[in-house]
Amino acid sequence: MARIDLDNIRHAYRPEPTGDEDYALKRVHHTFVDGGAYALLGPSGCGKTTLLNIISGLLRPSEGRILFNGNNVTDLPTEARNIAQVFQFPVVYDTMTVYENLAFPLRNRGVSEDIVDKRVREIITMIGLEERAKRKAQGLTADEKQKISLGRGLARADVNAILFDEPLTVIDPHMKWELRTQLKELHRRFGYTMVYVTHDQTEALTFADNVVVMYEGEIVQIGTPEELFERPTHTFVGYFIGSPGMNLLPVEVSGQSARMGQTVIELPATPKKQSGKLELGIRPEFVSVGRSGYPVKVDKVEDIGRRKIVRASLEGQEIAAVVDEDAEIPAEAHVSFDAAHLNLYANSWRVEMDGEAGHGA
Amino acid sequence: MLELRDVSKTVSGEKHIRGVSLKLEQGSLNVLLGPTLSGKTTLMRLMAGLDKPTSGSVWMDGEDVTGVPVQRRSVAMVYQQFINYPAMTVYENIASPLRVAGAPAETIRKRVGEAAELLRLTPYLDRTPLELSGGQQQRTALARAIVKDARLVLLDEPLANLDYKLREELRAELPKIFSATGAIFVYATTEPSEALLLGGNTATLSEGQVTQFGPTVDVFRKPNDLVTARTFSDPPLNTVEVEKKGESFLLAEGDRLSVPAEYNALSDGRYIIGFQPHHLRLKASDAANALRARVTVTEITGSESFIHVDYAGNRWVMLEEGVHRLDVDDTVGIEIETRHLLVFDIDGRSAGSLQQAA
Repeated sequence: MARIDLDNIRHAYRPEPTGDEDYALKRVHHTFVDGGAYALLGPSGCGKTTLLNIISGLLRPSEGRILFNGNNVTDLPTEARNIAQVFQFPVVYDTMTVYENLAFPLRNRGVSEDIVDKRVREIITMIGLEERAKRKAQGLTADEKQKISLGRGLARADVNAILFDEPLTVIDPHMKWELRTQLKELHRRFGYTMVYVTHDQTEALTFADNVVVMYEGEIVQIGTPEELFERPTHTFVGYFIGSPGMNLLPVEVSGQSARMGQTVIELPATPKKQSGKLELGIRPEFVSVGRSGYPVKVDKVEDIGRRKIVRASLEGQEIAAVVDEDAEIPAEAHVSFDAAHLNLYANSWRVEMDGEAGHGA
Repeated sequence: MLELRDVSKTVSGEKHIRGVSLKLEQGSLNVLLGPTLSGKTTLMRLMAGLDKPTSGSVWMDGEDVTGVPVQRRSVAMVYQQFINYPAMTVYENIASPLRVAGAPAETIRKRVGEAAELLRLTPYLDRTPLELSGGQQQRTALARAIVKDARLVLLDEPLANLDYKLREELRAELPKIFSATGAIFVYATTEPSEALLLGGNTATLSEGQVTQFGPTVDVFRKPNDLVTARTFSDPPLNTVEVEKKGESFLLAEGDRLSVPAEYNALSDGRYIIGFQPHHLRLKASDAANALRARVTVTEITGSESFIHVDYAGNRWVMLEEGVHRLDVDDTVGIEIETRHLLVFDIDGRSAGSLQQAA
């Protein structure tokens, strides 16, 4: 396993880029620590796949260096980087059995047969295909084939890193739970360095210790799932993580109060910056609906099974609240905010509040 | 109204659809929910007239249309893969069904304008599909289905290839678009959460059979059987076999659970109880009534934790608010909230509906 350093990486698909807008990856400078589980999360076109391809060696970055355990691998091709990859669609050899498919990467490296056998048996049990071991891959379902791809990615213990490119996209919901938990368990047991690309927030948050959120070719935040949920540093993170995303209310701020029309909202502390385009961010989970607080007009209540989403307007601004499945919505509805979870944004970036420990991004 | 009467479809000796009867009302949104290979696409093809049923009949507004080919029916379809004409502009893509039908120029201009507005494509009408994002391409395909003004619109996992957030946005827009047209909409998906967000009616499919059909929330809350309950659960439904004895359900190792009032009249004997992950909660392990379970995996989403546990050999998932970092193989106390408990007989039929029937 390896530490991976991305040293001032930039990438443009067109020759002779001039401005930032020509770069698919504007600038990435970051370290993936040895044994970490990371997710690269973002919408299509955000640069996450470009970054993964730079790590795997499918792409050579226009600028910057990539290091594995301190060794410069920028100019090395994929096969010289000693990594395993799992793609969106299963890549299996149809004419080989499940066992042979899993043994293939090991035999390729000249691993002795007794170790191959021990390892393959272990992997087959993990992915739950014991009963299919001697079957040709050909007749298997898409789920089973993708399990083989995952298993093959995990077969070699000596790889520098395992890279996953949207590996669960084609999998049915029930099977996603199973495969995700297995990946998590494998990471815990073997401490692989794993980088997992996805646009699905649930997959990213549940899989990774640290999630790298990307937007328009840049990393906008790296954090634990809690950090991304509680303290999004950019409004994009507030929007992209969470369903529905964070409510953003245009406000004016003076001292410790935020004002929107006639509504005055007390902030938990005084923001260190009070100019620019100011927005107050509050997640729907921290908005309660009841008989006290700010009066709202309820536009719609969506019953989504385990919760209800209340869509309302406050001073003409749309605001969403998430409430319990058995919650009653009063006729004269009011909303209140959990003050500890209010965030202020100036020109889309989070503003620190007095008393918060400042830290470099 | 579209009506399927006891429709079956057999392909080379294999039953793909088994005795499906459904009535879909004008202006309704109907979700077909089931895993891959449960028969969703086959059923849609039978509804469209792309395939002919092996037995049974299909009726549209009181007319038997079994065997009438798709060209002679009023049907529009949208697929998982975005299908557009790559060489035509977005405008011409949307206009194409109207041109085929020989609509006057003025009608075309008006209808394309309306559909583009509805699907927020107005700024892109002069572009070609390949210059658009995936979401915009699929909106173009949806707009084309809408201008066709078909009486039946079939959407086969239309959002499956889109980004998570785009899906969220289009999913919120679709019911509004649906209700504006008055057509019968049928929407196939593998995802329970998508069915709940869309609302309308849901038919759950399992191995070519419709196991239940009704208002979406009702099917979710009051499944007639265990198969329906499982099809409609994500994360998976937790289940365990129990013995009812008086006012208690007996679990493993002397643990017991009070029988909720609505099930009091059930006769004693073996049952299967089912409960959603958010109805399983952490509890101090020395508290009265706490069950003791072993943690297998914990997944944290930032605001909630999925805690996978093993209780007496049963694998359950608990969805608990907040962040809980539990170590694998830790023993934790858990409690089943019984207010939304599902009870099935040993053959998987809902004990609630058995009681109602009795």
